[in-house]
Amino acid sequence: MRNKFRMPPALATLATLAMVAVVGCGSTAATPTAAPVATPAPTDVPVATAPPAATPAPSVAFSAGTDDGKTITMWTRAATQFQATALVAAYNATHKNQVNLTIVPTDDMQAKVGAAAGAGSLPDIISGDVVFMPNWTSQGLFTDITSKISALPFASTLASGPIKASTTAGKAYGVPFIMDLSVWVYNKDLFTKAGLDPNKPPTTLKEFDTDARAVNKLGGSVKGSFFGGNCGGCEVFTWWPSIWADGQQVMSADGTSSMLNSDEAKAVYAIYAGEFKDGIVAASSKTETGPTWVSFFPKGNIGIMPYPGSLLGSIPSTVNFGVAPIAGLNGGQSTFVGGDAVGITANSKVSDEAWNFLAWTLSDYAQVEIVAKGGNIVARSDLANNKYAAADPRTVTVNQVAAKGVTPLAKNFGQTFNDPNGPWLVLTRDAVFNGASSSKIDSDNAAVTKSLAGQ
Amino acid sequence: MLGLLYAAPTALFVAVFFTAPLVLVTRMSASEWPLIAGDKGFNFPDNYSAIESNSLFWPAVWFTVEYTVLVTVLLIGMGLGLALLIQAGGKWKGFLRTSFLFPSAMGLASASLLFWGLYSDSIGPINPILQQLQITHDPIQFLGDPLSALLSTTFLIVWRFAGFYMLILLVGLQAIPHDLYEAAAIDGANKWHTFRYITIPLLRRSLALSLILCITGSLLAFDQFYILTKGGPDNSTITVVQLIYREAFQRLNLGTAAAISIVVLAVLVVLNTVQFRALRGSEEA
Repeated sequence: MRNKFRMPPALATLATLAMVAVVGCGSTAATPTAAPVATPAPTDVPVATAPPAATPAPSVAFSAGTDDGKTITMWTRAATQFQATALVAAYNATHKNQVNLTIVPTDDMQAKVGAAAGAGSLPDIISGDVVFMPNWTSQGLFTDITSKISALPFASTLASGPIKASTTAGKAYGVPFIMDLSVWVYNKDLFTKAGLDPNKPPTTLKEFDTDARAVNKLGGSVKGSFFGGNCGGCEVFTWWPSIWADGQQVMSADGTSSMLNSDEAKAVYAIYAGEFKDGIVAASSKTETGPTWVSFFPKGNIGIMPYPGSLLGSIPSTVNFGVAPIAGLNGGQSTFVGGDAVGITANSKVSDEAWNFLAWTLSDYAQVEIVAKGGNIVARSDLANNKYAAADPRTVTVNQVAAKGVTPLAKNFGQTFNDPNGPWLVLTRDAVFNGASSSKIDSDNAAVTKSLAGQ
Repeated sequence: MLGLLYAAPTALFVAVFFTAPLVLVTRMSASEWPLIAGDKGFNFPDNYSAIESNSLFWPAVWFTVEYTVLVTVLLIGMGLGLALLIQAGGKWKGFLRTSFLFPSAMGLASASLLFWGLYSDSIGPINPILQQLQITHDPIQFLGDPLSALLSTTFLIVWRFAGFYMLILLVGLQAIPHDLYEAAAIDGANKWHTFRYITIPLLRRSLALSLILCITGSLLAFDQFYILTKGGPDNSTITVVQLIYREAFQRLNLGTAAAISIVVLAVLVVLNTVQFRALRGSEEA
């Protein structure tokens, strides 16, 4: 269905500014600032395995925890507020318990949680970027829910990345809440105009580069590609899959040593550096700090770029686009399995009620009729091939690549990779914009390792 | 006794909102104090010695000083120029005064967000207008390199604060007796001599107040850079307060953040003492 109402540019600008004001100062609308937590082990997220069966709609009822009319307070970050709001609204409409949701500006989440933890004023539930979970769980913020998770009838089908990120000393403190994966999106109309086959997306990073250059030749307002070059979270979310796809790792398994100066990593940086140098990407790629990195492709004048799978539904139907898995330099496929994990805080007095809500969000009804229906990625592999996902082949692509994805884990992930003044951004800007030598990238990588070690 | 009672509310206010936080920050600066885990005991002088090894500390200091000098010169110059323009009168006097002061009514964070939008290549109107008018071919990257980021932020600050300093200096100008200007005119003084030997000396108190406010405010700059540049590009626009914020809320270390805060406080106390003494000295002379 085509949009009949088109917002005038000036109004759109005001609306966007208002949205940014709500979201906070420069936080990303997608997973970028959000990003990763990590162990190079492939994760088991929603994978489409069989054709959708004609099953009856799942029941809204799901019994776990206590539903006795208590009020449950919850914080979530602005980047995933739409999905969180939909889940909370549906829960409140069908349960005696009522969840009181507070949206926290994405960039302020860590500070707000830290300050509240110090003051003993945390809410009952916190949903946060999986990147922060190792740090939060290791500092005792959450209640142990290992046995509760195990008791779920679908426990074995839950996405493991967020649970691993929320596990400390063998105890699980969180479950998946909002899933997000990185993919490539490409504009089929621009591909056709550039003489490319719109049904043959690139299967290597080199082909990605070649296709972007071909589209860029169309000129005018059309650019071959775009990336958030001043946004560390965007880069881990969209560039690391190319390194993983080539069979390489970005960190040691314990998240304390950086491998971001490998030959494969340097080759990936070189591709993007070449695109910036040759004007294949929009010039503002260099200054994009995150808030608007996903705003260019929906305008219809970007050929191909990495994108959050959770935001495919926000691309207007006027843009004829396709989705492809992120590939390595020479092939392979991978993705960054990010999004939000959620846990019950250690001092919550309504932990059973809070668990009733969390368990319900993972139920058949919530996952299919709320999450999947909203165009989002489900957190259970047994529901990946639901009727809503199957109706859109692009969603199927996202679900299929999930099995090849990674959720990187590191205790000091945020301060190393998401910090706008952190060492990872120094490395990528040196490599992509500042023409750094190989040895400079090596020394920048040493700074990344130092930061991962908490120094 | 009655005097103590009169002073009690103020003393209580100072104790609760200044002394107690200062004691707490001082204690924090001498302790290992992670944001979430809380106080883990004294570690003095580790947090202070860590300042020197912080690779962003000296760049942040130099950038803050550079920004302070630039902004102070521009704001005081613009403020004085606008005040003289308003004082000169004319039928547009009221309109101009209101127009110049109007931006001061907007919060700095809101103004920064507004300019971020205006400068943005994605949602801002400036680049599309310039391109439509064929003034530029490619979008201008207002925050794309260290110099343009500094100048773009400075432009915001001048727009936001020039009217405020105009008001302070205008009050000073209006306090100068008109007789002095008449006497100078009778003695044959030209406009420059009048400005140099009457206006500036008698405006000294207002200028000193403006300088203290401007320098202190600029040394504590945070909102505008946090919103517009996030300290970038390439960490070229990190201010000292941003560094404190980063230590506390990115690196989750309240101890080192507090140590830098104490150092900044000490510098500000010295700076303001020097300025007050200079002012007092010149008045006595």
